[in-house]
Amino acid sequence: MKRSLAHRLIQALVVLTGVVLITFVMLRIVPGNPIETMMGEHADGATIQRMTAEMGLDQPLINQFFRYISSVVRGDFGTSYSLGRPVSELMGNAFANTLTLALLAALFAWIVGLGCGIFSAVNKNRLSDRLLMGTSLLGISLPVFMAAMFLQYVFAYRLHWLPVSGTDSWKGFILPAIALGWNNAGQVAQMTRTTLLETLQEDYIDTARAKGQGTMGVLVFHALRNAMLPVMTMMTIQLSGLLSGAVITETVFSINGVGRLMVQAISGRDIPLLQATSLLATGMVILGSLLADCLYAVLDPRIRRGD
Amino acid sequence: MERMTLEVRHLFVRFRTEKGVITPVNDVSLQVPEGSIVGIVGESACGKSMTARAVMGLVRAPGEVTGGEIILCGRDIASLPEKARRQLRGSEISMIFQEPMTSLNPVMKVGKQVAEAVLLHSRCTWREARERTLAAFRDVEIPEPEARFDCYPHQLSGGLRQRVMIAMATVCKPRLLIADEPTTALDVTVEAQILKLLEKLRDASTSVLLISHNLGVIARVCDRVYVMYAGQIVEQAETEVLFKRPLHPYTQGLFWSVSSLREGCETLKTIPGVVPNLRHLPEGCSFSLRCDRCVAACEKEAPGLVEIEPGHAVRCLLATR
Repeated sequence: MKRSLAHRLIQALVVLTGVVLITFVMLRIVPGNPIETMMGEHADGATIQRMTAEMGLDQPLINQFFRYISSVVRGDFGTSYSLGRPVSELMGNAFANTLTLALLAALFAWIVGLGCGIFSAVNKNRLSDRLLMGTSLLGISLPVFMAAMFLQYVFAYRLHWLPVSGTDSWKGFILPAIALGWNNAGQVAQMTRTTLLETLQEDYIDTARAKGQGTMGVLVFHALRNAMLPVMTMMTIQLSGLLSGAVITETVFSINGVGRLMVQAISGRDIPLLQATSLLATGMVILGSLLADCLYAVLDPRIRRGD
Repeated sequence: MERMTLEVRHLFVRFRTEKGVITPVNDVSLQVPEGSIVGIVGESACGKSMTARAVMGLVRAPGEVTGGEIILCGRDIASLPEKARRQLRGSEISMIFQEPMTSLNPVMKVGKQVAEAVLLHSRCTWREARERTLAAFRDVEIPEPEARFDCYPHQLSGGLRQRVMIAMATVCKPRLLIADEPTTALDVTVEAQILKLLEKLRDASTSVLLISHNLGVIARVCDRVYVMYAGQIVEQAETEVLFKRPLHPYTQGLFWSVSSLREGCETLKTIPGVVPNLRHLPEGCSFSLRCDRCVAACEKEAPGLVEIEPGHAVRCLLATR
């Protein structure tokens, strides 16, 4: 187990370095000068040249790269071209919002998705199952912005229960979390139902019933833990996706999260900010799959090595 | 009069499917006397396992028990509500399955799985349940029971897993153990050990209903045998009688397909054809399609089970003439 974890960590580091390198090179070989974009059309050549030199963009690529890596390792991600503030500070604020939103959305998706999936599996082919699965299909196929606007219309505009947008209080996170988690909830529900129904056909379910275990006992002690293995993997991958930022949800609800920051960085050719946001997104995905592996090993003794 | 641990009377199991109704268990009656091992033998899909499941109350939808009595130690359990049935499972009547590889929960320690049965049926602490589990492990001759307790199924061999299954089924000292092909997935030496365990259980006053397609296994341990074909009992007798004088052409066919090898025949004698589709059973005797002695009457009239001599009954028009 320890060995495989170390193995995975090294793998993660390699992937991370690769992504940093690719982003770095890509951002510098695309045509157009970021300084020109930043200064606007009316900047004169001399100023642009001076700024380019100041930011080190006239140096050879390899020098730039090592300078970048060494400052990243020290925790310095540079200063945003377009916003003029330290990237780490911008990212910190945005990530706090994204983290809150992602965790709430994931919580919503897991509770609703698992609940519906289990209920559907237990009531297989009954009306309630069909209704729930139909709804979850709607959850999967409904675009986020549609769900978001629908929620805003009903709960903010009509009922006045929750704010339309903004993150002044915790209430502001509820609607975006539901809009964002909606889709994931549908996926979790469908997968939970499928795997649970498969698991309930297994021989060891008969064994459990043959020793006198009741329906609930069979479900909780024998079926769920086995059925959760693939669902758990999907849920951690979903979480890492959520943590990388949610552009549409953040935009519709005016939340200053990582997703919006990334869009800003792209449109402003803001190299330091873009590098940081893509680094974060990669980091989250890697962290997610690492977490999935660990959870899998905890839940499934067959995966654990060295015993 | 012998006391019966289990008496099944006129049991029916039906499956309602979209293509029609099938009856995998069709008017089955059998008896398991106290302190005996009774065998059910037959080809795959003849209704052996379904009979066992019906006795356990474990028939899965869309199947259901549609008639008959299941009398366990003098009490009809077929009419009991599910909750009462559940309390009997694992304590009074228990079952082991064919595939020890897949019959244990892969993510739960085997000791815990056995202790679960103890905790379900008696008010006791975890420590006591553990002690009883270890005792059951010793009874089924699992080496180093303490160490095995914390093993997961994948860490044990097939034979050990089947021993764990037997320990689980017998830890509450049931009156009846149903063993559904318990040795089919195991190699021959392990099979012999498992059969010895079943005999040991019988001597400790647990009756055993042993389901098998292996006549060798049946001959070794069973006191009495029921032969099943297409959902019906076609012949029943004491093991010795049945092996000496099989009357039903199907039973004879089963013996030939074993003994033809032993007697040095060049070719293996088999019963032609396969078990008929239960949806399209022939009108008369269900074996008529495959029977080499089939006469016109066999295709018209479904024979009843007729006692030829005390304890030996057969469902065949020719044998009863």
